[in-house]
Amino acid sequence: MTLLRPQVGPITGPDPSVFSQHYWDGCAAGELRFQRCAVCDTAVHTPAAVCPSCGSEELRWESSSGRGVIHSVTIVWRPVTPAFEAPYAPAIIELEEGWFLLTSVIDCDTDGEELAIGAPVEIVFHPLADGFVIPYARPR
Amino acid sequence: MTQRSLHDVVIVGVNNTPQAKLLEGHDSRSVSLAAALGAVADAGLSPLDIDGVVGPFGNDFIHQHRIGPVWRSLSPLGIPAVLEAAMAIACGLATTVLITTGEAGSHRHRTSTAPWTRPTNEFVAPYGMFTAAEFALMARRHMHLYGTTQESLAHVAAVIRNNGHVHPEAVFHGRGPFTASDVLASRMVADPFHLLDCAMTSEGGAALVLTSADRAAGRVHPVHILGGGIDHFGPAYQNPPVWESGGRRRPDLIVGTVGRRASELAFAAAGLGPQDVDVCEFYDPFSFEIIRQFEAYGFCGVGEGGDFVLSGVIEPGGRFPITTDGGTMSFSHGGAAVQLLQRVIRGVQQLRGTCSTMQVAGAEVAMCTGGGSGAMFTDVLLLGTSKP
Ligand SMILES: [Zn+2]
Repeated sequence: MTLLRPQVGPITGPDPSVFSQHYWDGCAAGELRFQRCAVCDTAVHTPAAVCPSCGSEELRWESSSGRGVIHSVTIVWRPVTPAFEAPYAPAIIELEEGWFLLTSVIDCDTDGEELAIGAPVEIVFHPLADGFVIPYARPR
Repeated sequence: MTQRSLHDVVIVGVNNTPQAKLLEGHDSRSVSLAAALGAVADAGLSPLDIDGVVGPFGNDFIHQHRIGPVWRSLSPLGIPAVLEAAMAIACGLATTVLITTGEAGSHRHRTSTAPWTRPTNEFVAPYGMFTAAEFALMARRHMHLYGTTQESLAHVAAVIRNNGHVHPEAVFHGRGPFTASDVLASRMVADPFHLLDCAMTSEGGAALVLTSADRAAGRVHPVHILGGGIDHFGPAYQNPPVWESGGRRRPDLIVGTVGRRASELAFAAAGLGPQDVDVCEFYDPFSFEIIRQFEAYGFCGVGEGGDFVLSGVIEPGGRFPITTDGGTMSFSHGGAAVQLLQRVIRGVQQLRGTCSTMQVAGAEVAMCTGGGSGAMFTDVLLLGTSKP
């Protein structure tokens, strides 16, 4: 049994792209942003130029409630590089608005029921070592 | 230019260089060139017979052997390269094409996972993602939806590793035999994958030569291309690998069954179905992917793959023997792409009837594959001993 926590090692944030800058700015402000199609209402992530459902370019940024459920989850015991501390729990979260976010689950035990597929989570934000803020999920 | 179809193209030369955890005295270029010469010799040809080359070091081959000017492609390796070479021959752009690849010396600092497993994308890198974790998310979803068990996964890994255990040229020759219990007892990498559920890393080269059936007339064992297909769902290791997500084409064509459309195209071109396949040279980045592929290609229903692999079909002597040289778990995983060509090479060896181990008696149709659900692509190639 190990408590899952945000990574504190020498991990640097990514270089945002033209599409993603607004998403990462939201994270820095404690807000989980996604795009929604003004024509067909589809929620879109990762940030895109057109709606994947109807092709519309009318994508508007919205703020997510940050509430969702675990769609799938794994516990990594062999870290990708020494900068990461294992165990950590990459997961796909299905947000209430109907979009999927890849993140890691924290603030629960590796053998806890809070890590089950379907378990409710909420998004929280933590900085990486260089101050770049990324979203995590924790049980709610 | 002579117009032909894919059915008029045959594979006449194959070669794996020695494969090893570390290939002393080699770099990626040298091992690619060594692989190329071996395949050309296996075809009974000389470099000057080659008028088309595919592969990262193809240009070096052209220059070193002074065979230019010739057709060249930078196609992704593995099955896409085979299909593109076959198309070039069918269309008359080349008569005889060499595909060559190899890697050595690119991953010798083992504190991190192999470089080709580590995506740099902004949406995954901060979470320590690598291929095992991406594929684990697919496997866990399948287990949740269909009750697939770790025992099914472990059985697949044990069968493939045992195929390598008896193969003298496998990097892990003699490391077994393995039982499913051994797999389950190995350390956990990314739940549900234990160490022995995962591909290894190694070094090596591989190459293959294709030509037209009329040029190969009279040669021993030309292997025919019966059909192929390539399925992609977009950039892997950026967007979450959601099992149920798909495009807008057809509801059953989802990331979880990626390769279904490719296999349908391949079977249609061959005039065959899953029951006609004699040997399944399936790509094995992780044990679960074998289960998933049997479902995606229609060997069994979606959700039935776990029981299917436990029914005695995948073992030597079974109805659908898998990955008979030991695959990426035991034979070799020589880098980002070398091993993708090795499924095709093994399929050719099976149809020639020349495998020193795990030869499937009388094999006439081989199904070779590449890719996987965590990478959101799957390639399919059907090979046969005769033209459809
Ligand atoms: Zn739309």
